[in-house]
Amino acid sequence: MSSAAASPSLLRRLIEDSRSAMGMALVAILVAAAIFGPMLSPYGPDTADFLATLAPPSSAHLLGTDDLGRDVLSRILAGARVSLLVAVASVGCALVVGVPIGLVAGYRGKRTDAVLMRCMDVLLAFPGILLALGIAAALGASLVNTIIAIAVINTPTIARVARAQAMLVSRLDYVKANRALGFGDMTIMLRCVLPNTLSPVLVQASLMLASSIITESYLSFLGLGVQPPTPTWGNMLKDAISFIDQATWLAWFPGAAIFLTVLGFNLFGDGLRDRLDPRD
Amino acid sequence: MKMLLSRILSIIPVLFGLCVLSFMLLAMIPGDPVTAMLGLDADPQAAAALRTKFALGQPLPIRFISWFGHLLTGDLGRSIQTGRPVLNMVLTALIPTMELGLVALIVSLLIAIPAGVISASKRNSIADYSVSLISLAGLSLPSFWLAILLILFLSIRLQIFPSSGYVPFLEDPVAAIQHIALPGITLGVAMAAATMRMTRAAMLDVLNTDYIRTARAKGLPRRGVIWRHALRNALIPVTTLVGLQLGQLMGGVVVTETVFAWPGIGKLTVDAIFARDFPVVQGAILASAVLFVVINLITDLLYATLDPRLRRRL
Amino acid sequence: MSKPLLIANDLVKSFPVSGGGNQARFRAVDGVSLSVDRGKTLAVVGESGCGKSTVGSLLLRLQDADSGRILLDGEDALALDRAGLRRFRRRVQVVFQDPFASLDPRERIRDVLVRPMLLHGLCDRATALKRAAELMDAVGLSATQLERFPHQFSGGQRQRIAIARALSVQPDLIICDEPVSALDVSVQAQVVNLLQDLQRETGVAFIFISHDLAVVRHLAHDVAVMYAGRVVERAVTSELFGNPYHPYTRALLAAAPRIDVGAKGHALLAGEPPDPANPAPGCRFAGRCPHAQPSCTAGDQPPLSAVVPAHLSACVFARDLPPFAEAQSSAAHTPAALRVAAYRRARDREARSGDAEGPRT
Repeated sequence: MSSAAASPSLLRRLIEDSRSAMGMALVAILVAAAIFGPMLSPYGPDTADFLATLAPPSSAHLLGTDDLGRDVLSRILAGARVSLLVAVASVGCALVVGVPIGLVAGYRGKRTDAVLMRCMDVLLAFPGILLALGIAAALGASLVNTIIAIAVINTPTIARVARAQAMLVSRLDYVKANRALGFGDMTIMLRCVLPNTLSPVLVQASLMLASSIITESYLSFLGLGVQPPTPTWGNMLKDAISFIDQATWLAWFPGAAIFLTVLGFNLFGDGLRDRLDPRD
Repeated sequence: MKMLLSRILSIIPVLFGLCVLSFMLLAMIPGDPVTAMLGLDADPQAAAALRTKFALGQPLPIRFISWFGHLLTGDLGRSIQTGRPVLNMVLTALIPTMELGLVALIVSLLIAIPAGVISASKRNSIADYSVSLISLAGLSLPSFWLAILLILFLSIRLQIFPSSGYVPFLEDPVAAIQHIALPGITLGVAMAAATMRMTRAAMLDVLNTDYIRTARAKGLPRRGVIWRHALRNALIPVTTLVGLQLGQLMGGVVVTETVFAWPGIGKLTVDAIFARDFPVVQGAILASAVLFVVINLITDLLYATLDPRLRRRL
Repeated sequence: MSKPLLIANDLVKSFPVSGGGNQARFRAVDGVSLSVDRGKTLAVVGESGCGKSTVGSLLLRLQDADSGRILLDGEDALALDRAGLRRFRRRVQVVFQDPFASLDPRERIRDVLVRPMLLHGLCDRATALKRAAELMDAVGLSATQLERFPHQFSGGQRQRIAIARALSVQPDLIICDEPVSALDVSVQAQVVNLLQDLQRETGVAFIFISHDLAVVRHLAHDVAVMYAGRVVERAVTSELFGNPYHPYTRALLAAAPRIDVGAKGHALLAGEPPDPANPAPGCRFAGRCPHAQPSCTAGDQPPLSAVVPAHLSACVFARDLPPFAEAQSSAAHTPAALRVAAYRRARDREARSGDAEGPRT
């Protein structure tokens, strides 16, 4: 029931599995880039050098420069920071909103459950990107609004997972015993049900980080996510299209960054899923 | 029959929910709703007329009822840019999208099913692992990146396919195929990745059943067993997944249409957002969502017809 | 004691039946009346599915009955406001069956025992900690174990902790829902005797729900036998075991597995158990009753009425049943029963004096 005791061996097993090890390595690189990037990058992401526009990769600019002479490597490192920020913030918001909803629905059951889950189902029925597009259209495109949009997409799934687990836990005898002891619903939900609900929710959240990064890159590529001059891998690719045959490096590197990051998360997520539900 | 009917009817509350959500999206726009619908240089008389027609001064629930009423009569408003009825624009845009979806589906099935079957039947071999890795890579590949790379190599360098534009099939089939090739492949590859894994998993499940083991024990040739019995059973969940994919791939559709200037519903949505043409945005988003739900429903029903166990319940 | 501590009257609880259309409901509890005196033990016995656990749930107010009354010391327990309900919860406690599910895996034992005391404002934290240590002693564990987590204890120990938790708020009544069924036979005896000792020391009353008549024999003052949602027999323990007046009780007594001849099988309980959603007319047990007459399957269900004073039976032909020899009952010879008896003999030898208030054997 409680996976707290299982976690250490889970982690170890994950490391042993080469797939998830590779995945974790890639993710670690992303996180390192995000945290240490600005210190390590040779130039600022906005530093324009008009004498070296559209320069191919060289010793001065390891990954080349773009049409404004900005160093691609520095921009990619900065983009890592944005991607990670958006992913963590949007999943975090989804947790903050989704977990209470799922908790209350799972614990209370009956009508509360029906109403809350209906709302979540409607949100789920809406294809994610469309919802994000709609929100971007309504609120305007910006970093904050992108985070909001992705959080809205993520919330129903978190709520469902939380609800499923909360329902299981709420049926257990110790919850009944606490009710019989006289503890109020709020206390029971917070002290008994919530801590025992978190495990699967957190697993789901970590799997959602990957999809959040993808969604952000899609939105930014369309010009409806994070706006220039803030570099994000998506909008770097957008700019790359105009110069596609002159400066292919502008397309290769940001795209590869997205690809490798998402691959890393997917490898790790696969490993995680296999360990938790081995069927092969 | 009763099950069939109840399944069909069950999407009605969902569709209604979609309408509510679409309405609320627009209602969220800060500022005057009239500006949202007519643009900034609206004629004051037209503005007043609009205000009455859509009950814009009233509280939200009444506005919703008014909007919904118009929706049911097919009136989705008019585009701010072109003045054309939104419904017409949306319906016109749906056709290229459907074409694209169909081609992508074919491409993905052509890739995914054989790959899935092979990897399942030669489990844990090199073929299996490479398929797994390729499919994982495919899932992680952003479709707009793939699109750009395909344009770079096949359109610009090798000059095989055009990089943008749309030709209706009936006008000029050859040109149509040329134009649909790159977008179709882009979208198809993305779909193939997930379908591949699903096919593999479904085949593995089926191959492990006693039913198959009995057939093998009876001495039926391995090839025959795999292709006839196992595949047919495995196709059942795959059908469902394909339906889901068509929805999940909305992001791919939007982005692919944008990159290749494909005049489908995705491009319509994005262009309208940039032009701040909110009636079109709302109409396009609603239409896409409805399409998604309907496709899921059809897939469900297809699934039920295919699986003889469920057919009895129909 | 003259006035019962808890009286339940005509409790009814039904549940919707899936697939049976909108109206089909299944009556898990169909007009059950019980009472228990202060400091005594009432056993509620029956096979699984008879509704006894639901009765416990209703008495604890974890679920609300569709109709009926519950009186605690004469006070209506169903018409309580929030403060009243909290007081009720302090006075009526519970011990559940599954020792592995009844304790929060993330809570230390110390908190398990202390928090309820603080919730009801019984004392301050320092005193509560002292009381927690005393409770651990009282249930046969050590105060040094307060810092541990539930998974560090065995099944029997966890049940003791659950009992300690129930006692922490100094209740008047503890509802024990199959508290020993999930334990090893040897441990069962220890826990049953612990409950008896605690009753003697603290004067707490028990409602002991079980499917095992043997366990109940040494512990209970009164027994109520349930079948298909109703009480079919009610008597003082010795009377029930000595001279059961309902065919179902007799079948239960004869069917208990004996240690010397092995499982007897369910020869006496052959036939179809009733379909709960579509009850047949007449007595619910008629389909499996060896003494059934044609009139048993017609009309209303037979009411629970006194055969002799203080011995109630729902069998219309109670008085006409053949005499029941104690030898027919294997209930005295199950492993559990023998262990419990041995324990008691050993313990009684020690505490021979001043032992005025014990359940009759």
